Amino acid sequence: MTAPVLALEDLSVSFKAGGREHVAVDRVSLTVGRGEVLGLVGESGSGKSVTGLALMGLIEAPGRVSGGRILLEGRDIAGLPEAELRPLRGRRMAMIFQDPMTTLNPVLRVETQVVEAIRAHERVGAAAARARAREALVKVGIPAPDARLRAYPHQLSGGMRQRIAIAIALLHAPALLIADEPTTALDVTIQAQILAEAQALCAEMGTALIWITHDLAVVAGLGDRLCVMYAGRIVEAGPVADVIEAPLHPYSARLIASAPSRNARGVPLAQIPGMAPALTDRPPGCAFALRCACATPDCAAPPPTARAEPSRFALCRHPLQPARFT
Amino acid sequence: MLTYLIQRFGQALVTVAAMATLVFVGVYAIADPIDMLAAPDATPDERAAIGAQLGLDRSLPVQFGTFAWRALHGDLGRSFVYNEPALSVILQRLPATLELALTALVLAVAVGLPLGLWAGLKPSSGSGRTIMTGSILAFSLPNFWQGLMLVLVFAVTLGWFPAGGRGETVNVLGIETGLLTLDGLRHLVLPAVNLALFKLAVVIRLARAGTREAMLQDYVRFARAKGLSPARIVGVHVLKNILLPVVTVIGLELGSMIAFAVVTETVFAWPGIGKLLIDSINRLDRPVIVAYLMLTVCLFVAINLIVDLIYAALDPRVRLSEAA
Repeated sequence: MTAPVLALEDLSVSFKAGGREHVAVDRVSLTVGRGEVLGLVGESGSGKSVTGLALMGLIEAPGRVSGGRILLEGRDIAGLPEAELRPLRGRRMAMIFQDPMTTLNPVLRVETQVVEAIRAHERVGAAAARARAREALVKVGIPAPDARLRAYPHQLSGGMRQRIAIAIALLHAPALLIADEPTTALDVTIQAQILAEAQALCAEMGTALIWITHDLAVVAGLGDRLCVMYAGRIVEAGPVADVIEAPLHPYSARLIASAPSRNARGVPLAQIPGMAPALTDRPPGCAFALRCACATPDCAAPPPTARAEPSRFALCRHPLQPARFT
Repeated sequence: MLTYLIQRFGQALVTVAAMATLVFVGVYAIADPIDMLAAPDATPDERAAIGAQLGLDRSLPVQFGTFAWRALHGDLGRSFVYNEPALSVILQRLPATLELALTALVLAVAVGLPLGLWAGLKPSSGSGRTIMTGSILAFSLPNFWQGLMLVLVFAVTLGWFPAGGRGETVNVLGIETGLLTLDGLRHLVLPAVNLALFKLAVVIRLARAGTREAMLQDYVRFARAKGLSPARIVGVHVLKNILLPVVTVIGLELGSMIAFAVVTETVFAWPGIGKLLIDSINRLDRPVIVAYLMLTVCLFVAINLIVDLIYAALDPRVRLSEAA
């Protein structure tokens, strides 16, 4: 069996503030295979975006990857120097970001920004690069690609800009695409289109896709596997349908229950009481215990791993489904 | 675009007219130029003769009317002192000042942009802090004192450069320039540095602030995620964004450098228009003062227009005609 496209082993990211190290991402492990779609779900501050940036080697001071391994196609890239990361970025792994209004440089033509991404990794002539750029735009469903290439980002709609970002990210058919809430800033109708297109393109190229979002509805229709993050840890992972239908972790259950689409009309939306603990103030035990209806005094100790079939787990002492502890 | 230009031209005309009136009346009110022009022992008859010759014996409205009528016909009057058309007195001195101001500008941008970029990329490094401290110093030193110190150190003590004057010049297409002779260039160094230092500090600070802001933008992060080299990110993505404020400020500063290089020109005895202005004020040479300031207004209007055009070229979002 070949190595998975990406395997994280106990990845930790910490930020230094006020003389102390605060752990934003805590021993995260996950694997994504070729062509697989992984949903990474969590609320704001859960560490999901930081995880994405860490994969790309884009964590900036005062943050750093403080532990664990990032195996991209079998090679550990955690802590690689910039010069060795750069050939990987954009070629073997790519990332798109939340706000398509700001990810494209406002004073450079679209063409410049696509072509430079091609030429960063391949020696191609100007004309050939331009033809490739045009082709890439056609591929993501952009009409009138020649006019779009000449345009500046402010002349395009949000959806169009995000399509261009996706086109840029997929130029070199990377092994891994990390999408950090790329549809959050878009209209709902455009969201669905972009989602479907990104997924289709990744499937076509065999690119593994990590879709970071706070929106469960997005992941429900998208992913193969789902990871739920809370306070820097993956608290539950498993096949999407299983996790959504029968979550193991009480947090997942509450998160699913608060999705508006799941509520009957006229009934107040379900909420999770309280707030996630701040980065500077994380308990040694289960971080969700204070907000959890199932919590017992035991939960002040680090939670055990509860496993269930098929290949599911949760970090919880009181899993909601039958499970064995390891 | 044409409407825009016509509008700007109209505004310029009003400004020039208002300024000319103010200055004419102001200089009239200061003192009688005859006191400066006539010999100290001149008889009242001799004084009256000079007054009649220059038209200074008439009332203010008449004098102003005459001036305005001639100005409309392109004649800004004759200098009382040089007895030549005021405009040509100024234009003779203009190349020296342009040479000085442009050299200072190139110096300020060529040195300031890289230093500012560096300080913006490494704000907490030793070199970044040193650059910022240096820029505060250059910002706060009084120009005349700084000029005197430059003379003292580099001309008097070290003897590397001449202390004043313009040196040897050659005539190119009717313009006297010192840029093409070694002697002229040596004379240019100290005054150009003196004039450039303040602007240099401004450029450093603008470039640094712009760089720090740009480096936090998503487009820089996306550019890194694309695998671009740091040189490309800084040299293209960041630089093009920070040029916008730099161009605006530099444009305005160029105007003030040309028009008011007075201190530097005085300290280094540079025969430019700044020194001419000071001399003319001292001698109450009204036609030269008025003509000089009218020219300055035109210069500022022209530079502002050019800045607007460059700005539109740099920032696609202000290109109004192409929008929609």
